[in-house]
Amino acid sequence: MAEHAVALEAGVVAEDRLAVATQWQLIWWRFRKHKLAVGGTLVLVAFYVVSLFADFFAYVDPTESEAQRSLIAPQAIHWFDEGKFQPYVHPLKGMRDPKTFKRVYAPDLSTKVPVTFFGHGEPYKLFGLIPTDRHLFAVEGAKPSETLFLLGTDTHGRDLWSRLMYATRTSMTIGLVSVALSLVLGVVLGGISGYFGGAIDSVIQRIIEILRSIPTIPLWMGLAAALPADWSVVQVYFAITIIISLIGWTELARVVRGRFISLKQEDFVMAAELVGCSKARIIFRHMVPSFVSHIIAATTLAIPAIIISETSLSFLGLGLRPPAISWGVLLQDAQNIQALVISPWLLFPAVAVIVAVLAFNFMGDGIRDAADPYL
Amino acid sequence: MVAYIVRRLVLAVMTVWAISVLSFMIIHLPPGDYVTSYIASMSASGSAVSEGEAEALREQLGLNQPITVQYAKWMGLIMTGNFGMAMEWGRPVADVIGDRLTLTMIISVAAIVFTWGIALPIGIYSAVKPYSFLDYAFTLIGFIGLAIPGFLLALVVMYIGFAYFGANVGGLFSPDFAEAPWSWAKAWDLIKHLPIPAIVLGVAGTAQLIRIMRSNLLDELRKPYVMTARARGLSEYKVIMRYPVRVALNPFISTIGYLLPYVVSGSIIVSLVLSLPTVGPLLLKALIAQDMFLAGTIILLLGVMTVIGTFISDLLLMWVDPRIRLGRE
Repeated sequence: MAEHAVALEAGVVAEDRLAVATQWQLIWWRFRKHKLAVGGTLVLVAFYVVSLFADFFAYVDPTESEAQRSLIAPQAIHWFDEGKFQPYVHPLKGMRDPKTFKRVYAPDLSTKVPVTFFGHGEPYKLFGLIPTDRHLFAVEGAKPSETLFLLGTDTHGRDLWSRLMYATRTSMTIGLVSVALSLVLGVVLGGISGYFGGAIDSVIQRIIEILRSIPTIPLWMGLAAALPADWSVVQVYFAITIIISLIGWTELARVVRGRFISLKQEDFVMAAELVGCSKARIIFRHMVPSFVSHIIAATTLAIPAIIISETSLSFLGLGLRPPAISWGVLLQDAQNIQALVISPWLLFPAVAVIVAVLAFNFMGDGIRDAADPYL
Repeated sequence: MVAYIVRRLVLAVMTVWAISVLSFMIIHLPPGDYVTSYIASMSASGSAVSEGEAEALREQLGLNQPITVQYAKWMGLIMTGNFGMAMEWGRPVADVIGDRLTLTMIISVAAIVFTWGIALPIGIYSAVKPYSFLDYAFTLIGFIGLAIPGFLLALVVMYIGFAYFGANVGGLFSPDFAEAPWSWAKAWDLIKHLPIPAIVLGVAGTAQLIRIMRSNLLDELRKPYVMTARARGLSEYKVIMRYPVRVALNPFISTIGYLLPYVVSGSIIVSLVLSLPTVGPLLLKALIAQDMFLAGTIILLLGVMTVIGTFISDLLLMWVDPRIRLGRE
């Protein structure tokens, strides 16, 4: 009996909690239940931490090339030394195979180079301001560029792990910058289309339909190929983000328009109109807050498509160009199948692309499901 | 019904016009023209082109006229079926593109057929047995399929083919047939090579379509008329296939409008990896060489083909969906 009463009381408390919770709390509670979405979010947090501290996670200069160290396979780290946790690696000795003239590398088993965490390495400036030389991985008594090859090296002998860290920074931020531009276009045009309706609506809708029925990749290729070859890395970066977002805004505009149309008929909007609120106040004070969560969901779901676009363009050699480093630029090395069969680790950046895209999709799905907490 | 067709037709024509302007603009965006890059490549190989020769070449190609005149001339030529000369190849554009464009479309259609063929049964199964083990398995595979860009999937397929089977799985023809004129044997050879590109191209679309089909059919199956049908003793097969599936089928056809541009887009980049003889590799080369007529024509024709495909899907939709046929949407 007593147990029953407690359970009943708990139920009442839960209901009270539900009744007084803000919309954002309700969304958060629903989102939390979506395990995949929470997992995806954690993965994305990790990716953005890497982007923010790329120079800390990398242990060598990603552009430093050395022909003597080309195409080293990912190196095995030995975690335990004589029963104690003491990671170490064997230094590699490169030589030419006398028969095939291929460069081969053999570990020098007589020496051990200890690997430390948060140790000292090459100096750099954190956020471009704070000078430091701490890195996630460091080696004692040797130069990391000569001894540590966590993911191997590319044809020019550049360390793939360090390059991947910087590539993550570029590719993950290009998604954010492009989606921000798409969002502005999508919200403004979709909002105008949905709120005013009529002729403006038809024109904008037709433009969207036309844009959506054009095969985008040839178009991107054309636009990207048109970028002057002498532009700097930064200029190309922004040009590519603009190109990608010019076509990516249509889906967002569609979502915003749909929301506007369905909200226009709600009683609270009519009430606001009758009270004599200005148009701007109705839109920004009354309508926008009730569909911000939907916009966030649509935005999250738009980012993976943008990441894939950038990767594809750079892979073709039309997007970001070296010395810029992005996932697509790294994957350019994997274009040649014969080379890939000999050194399959060159395909590793693909794993980063797939994990990031999956994580964004999971998180976006979770937000979309949670966006309507009253359902 | 007529109003619907007319509206779709007008939209199609407008789209074609927009594509023509866009493709022409793209070609004119880069600084310099074909002659500039021709001179650069000539001087790189050691031979010089004089000012006079360059001017004569520009004159001959009509590159020194105002841009609107060039556009008008270009459109005029295209209207009469003359696509101009592919400069680098020294042959008419139509010759260079012809077969490749057909192959691009064959691959795209094959990918869509694959998408439908796979998505339909799986979608129905997932909706009829929701939250079953296989439903979850398909959802997971679908998510992964969505996350892998086409060219990466192509790379992985090529890699597996090379590393484990020692075979080149790329290409569309066996070496014996690559240069041969069209024959039944060659067509059969093509069909044998189609599945890999079709699957690579179709995977992402399939994943999307399964999810659409599943949720639509789930909604439909919850409706009272389905229960009525079951109560009246209709066989389970008929209960599901007769009406709910038919209703849920709509998005299949209406998505071609978006699926086709998507697949054609994807085919460009996948072709480069799988070395398929489509317009993809040609477009990339033309863009790098700044061969304006060739690149412009490829982008334009791809767009036009896509618009035609979309228009056909609109007609199909009208045929399937009486609500559109009878003028009520």
